[in-house]
Amino acid sequence: MYDIASIYQAVSLADAIAALEADPAAILIAGGTDVLIKIREGKLAGCSLVSIHDLPELQGISLEEDGHLVIRPLSTFRQVEESPVIAQTVPFLGEAAGQAGGPQLRAAGTIGGNVCNGITSADTASTLVALDALLEVAGPAGERTVPISQWYKGVGKVDLAHGEVLTAIRIPPDRYRGWSGHYIKYAQRSAMDIATLGVACLVKLSPDKSTVEDVRLAFGVAAPVPTRAVETEKALAGLPLGEALGRIGSLARDEMNPRDSWRASRAFRLELIEELSARALARAAEKGGAAL
Amino acid sequence: MSLEILKCTVNGQAVEVAFDPRESLADTLRYRLGLTSVKKGCEVGECGACTVLVDGEAIDSCIYLTLWAQGKHILTVEGLKNDNGELSEIQRAFIEEAAVQCGFCTPGLIMSAVEIVGSGKQYTREELRRLISGHLCRCTGYQNILNAVERAVRSAEHPGAGD
Repeated sequence: MYDIASIYQAVSLADAIAALEADPAAILIAGGTDVLIKIREGKLAGCSLVSIHDLPELQGISLEEDGHLVIRPLSTFRQVEESPVIAQTVPFLGEAAGQAGGPQLRAAGTIGGNVCNGITSADTASTLVALDALLEVAGPAGERTVPISQWYKGVGKVDLAHGEVLTAIRIPPDRYRGWSGHYIKYAQRSAMDIATLGVACLVKLSPDKSTVEDVRLAFGVAAPVPTRAVETEKALAGLPLGEALGRIGSLARDEMNPRDSWRASRAFRLELIEELSARALARAAEKGGAAL
Repeated sequence: MSLEILKCTVNGQAVEVAFDPRESLADTLRYRLGLTSVKKGCEVGECGACTVLVDGEAIDSCIYLTLWAQGKHILTVEGLKNDNGELSEIQRAFIEEAAVQCGFCTPGLIMSAVEIVGSGKQYTREELRRLISGHLCRCTGYQNILNAVERAVRSAEHPGAGD
């Protein structure tokens, strides 16, 4: 039995927003794989919940005619990993989703929750940050769209006011067409573990695959929130692939500022940033057709 | 909290049962329906001992609210035995391969195996390792469990070949 004061199962998005508005202390629950654990740990004990579990209007992954990829927030990690639409557009996001927790958790946890919990180690977050995804939010005052670059406000804090619900993760076609990508999760175990460091690298190669036309590099656990290495990206754009591979590690290491935690030291994380950035770029380039 | 009524299908039978909305599905299956194959281990979705299938997908029932199971099809180990009471092919594979020691992780692993075998696909040993990675076993060292799952997958493909 969970220590919950009340729980309301919403029947629609509008119903969920109204229920949240009616109770200023209520917490939104979707897949439950974070919220229920916090209740069990006592951090949210005695809370009131508004559940959006299984709401059909918040499910599904689709490709719009103009090429916009729309991922509804209740899509589970498993649905993201197994989606043919994801495989055809952003396969590296599916691979990242496949590295969260274990199979049972991936069948319950949602990509929307992974983005809304504001956790730097969230396995899909660094890839979504690298993709510069757009987050669509609905609330009492209507709808708005937040670029993911402005979404994270601090540890566990995102730009989501009480009463607001994430309704879609949107990726415009220019952010994935012509790009290939790769996510590396470094953890102590290969399942059921939280990333010591995560790196997502996206690359757009020249037609002859010799030059890095553009690159996106984003990290989890290198800062309090998932963070892009914007200066590193700028410095690498236009470089021959071999030179980019040689420079990415030290550039990223100089730009990122990870911390010591019980999971790993800052020094170790800096080593991981340097080494894994180059590996992620290499794999991303290989997937994009480069012969290495 | 006042009780509500859960209407769903458990092990092929239509079920109506009162539940407290604070209950996890593991609570309801164990304490209200007496399905004690559903083990409560870590209760935070890490050990996999409470794994059941909901609409064919293995989930940790300790972090799944009963309220969410309305109208769904739930399968536990109690639902695996044949009409004549014999163990299923998958359960027998666990016995044949000595994949059971203390037995606490076994029902959960068997339910994941049911989903794996039911997919009708063949898997490499590495793929199987990943597919059972949401379970902790503190006794066996996993090798015999993998052997059992491998045997069950093979015998589903070639009935009789596993015997």
